[in-house]
Amino acid sequence: MLTIATGNKAVADAVKDAVPAIVAAYPITPQTEIVEQIANYVASGQLASKYIPVESEHSAMAACIGASATGARAFTATSSHGLVYMCEMLHWAVGARLPIVMANANRALGPGWNIWAEHTDSLSMRDTGWLQVYVGSVQEAYDATLMAFRIAEHNDVLLPVMVNLDGFALTHITQSLETVDPGDFIPPMHLPHAIDTGRPAGYGTLTAPGDYYRFRWDIERSMRNAVSVIEETQDEFGKRFGRTYGMTEEYRCADAEVVVVAMGTLGKEVEIAVDILRGQGVKAGSMRLRWFRPFPDLDLAGKEVVVIDRDYSFGFGGIVAHAIASKYDVPIFSVIAGLGGQEVTYDDIAGFVRDRRPGDEYWFGVDA
Amino acid sequence: MANIPQEEYIFKTTSACAGCSSSLCLRHILKAAGPDSVLVVPACCTSVIQGIYPNTAFNIPVYNVAFAAAAAVASGMSTALRAAGRKTNVICYAGDGGTVDIGIQALSGALERGTDFLYICYDNEAYSNTGMQRSGGTPLGAATTTTPGGKTEGKKDLDLIVEAHDPPYMATACSAYPIDLYKKVEKALSIEGPTFIHILAPCPPGWRYPADKTVEMGKLAVRTGMWILYEREHGQLSISGPSKNAMRKPLPIEEYLEKQGRFKNIDQRSITVLQQQVERHMARIAREAEGIC
Repeated sequence: MLTIATGNKAVADAVKDAVPAIVAAYPITPQTEIVEQIANYVASGQLASKYIPVESEHSAMAACIGASATGARAFTATSSHGLVYMCEMLHWAVGARLPIVMANANRALGPGWNIWAEHTDSLSMRDTGWLQVYVGSVQEAYDATLMAFRIAEHNDVLLPVMVNLDGFALTHITQSLETVDPGDFIPPMHLPHAIDTGRPAGYGTLTAPGDYYRFRWDIERSMRNAVSVIEETQDEFGKRFGRTYGMTEEYRCADAEVVVVAMGTLGKEVEIAVDILRGQGVKAGSMRLRWFRPFPDLDLAGKEVVVIDRDYSFGFGGIVAHAIASKYDVPIFSVIAGLGGQEVTYDDIAGFVRDRRPGDEYWFGVDA
Repeated sequence: MANIPQEEYIFKTTSACAGCSSSLCLRHILKAAGPDSVLVVPACCTSVIQGIYPNTAFNIPVYNVAFAAAAAVASGMSTALRAAGRKTNVICYAGDGGTVDIGIQALSGALERGTDFLYICYDNEAYSNTGMQRSGGTPLGAATTTTPGGKTEGKKDLDLIVEAHDPPYMATACSAYPIDLYKKVEKALSIEGPTFIHILAPCPPGWRYPADKTVEMGKLAVRTGMWILYEREHGQLSISGPSKNAMRKPLPIEEYLEKQGRFKNIDQRSITVLQQQVERHMARIAREAEGIC
């Protein structure tokens, strides 16, 4: 069905179409519309989920863990402080191998209080073992959320998936949205280790050094499996519903001499900057990173790279720039821009590329 | 003991300390709950005494969770099970630290939401699993590793906090009275909605008394009035048998305090304060039982 919707509404609609058994959530700006919309779908009988209005984000994730452990599909949504408040339980969901799906409205962390877009919230959770996808449009928010359930619950993965969308820049903007009838695109959830009182077992018991690393390796093995499961799911989605996605979204990259790497809505903005630059004779391309975990293979050989990080690891650098630097021997100009919702236009982005200084880091708006 | 089932859900291979009363309680709790039950356990002594992967001494599904998370995990679990049409008992078994301190927010939330589960706090009055640090449940004057001179504040009144949520059933129990505990667990599980049992669980290494005195220590707690056994069903309080007897002519609290190394250096002023608190508590419970409150 073709409609218009905000990013938040698109996520809620995908959840409605995936029909989780439970949704446990706590409100936080700019995510709140997602859980309000879901609560309305539940109250009006359009969605046969149980909605648990928990008293905190830590408990939101804990309740999802409890539900998922019984083999039930579980969803929550959060943002910023809510995400970091549930950090402990994010690790727990991974160790317990529970395919929970969560939407995170990327937002800066206080103080000072700031409700606008930044990626440091989710990127600071990068080592929890959650799969992370970053979306750039309302349609993609819907499609990625729907696919997240199938990917998470795939028995070669059984890891939770976080769908990240930029606070306000995507959660609150309106674009066209085509929802689908998923049919059997998401098979019924089958959790092989679901709690079964007929088969008593200890879950998460004390695990000694001689065994613990085996469980960690199993998480990594599944994370590696996830790459092909993601690709297969995105291919199948394309076949069924006509929209195709990759681990990255590339635009005019093939012959590009300089490639801009960014995530989320800034990544979409780069495409316009690329057209401007091409018009000025700069052979630029855009490689929007969609999946950050598992981290995709990028074809950057022979190219200069401008990375725009809407995040920062203090005392080190832009998190995306350094992820790329650690994997690829390419000249990188690291731009820190868009923190806490800082306005970044496509003209600004074109300027980053024109004035690039490979090997340097540049904080947009800070006098160099 | 005739009515208590022979089935054992806790085997003799636990790594509990000698004289551990919380594992004794759990043995009776699980007998009352039966096999269609899931235990949700936050960080506490019970997380450790199950044994080490791949072995477990518990013959029942045990879901171990993070310290602050037990009631919230149980909330999700119970909701999902009920949505799937399953009546499986969801029972949290948590220590005092995991209940009155770090876990109180999740407990309060789960109670307020009317979660269909049984929350049991076994209260050994300290962070025993980490080696006896002070908790909100530690009583005035008790020495712990973080209150070496004795705790200068009183014990947090968990039962008043729980009562404020008006659960359909709440009770206190003590490891020294297993039949009383067994019956209370049976009753709690027969009632839909959030139910709560607070157990006093004496701890030999933490309270510093010989391991063979665990039952005696529980009995002294009740006989001195330091611990009152009662249940409150749909707002109606009834005092349980052992406390009814004890409250007629309670023993002086010194008989309880002087047998425990943790109170070795308690001063007279603290003893007086404790004695006054015990008398006030007994009077309040007695008034409520008589319907005057």
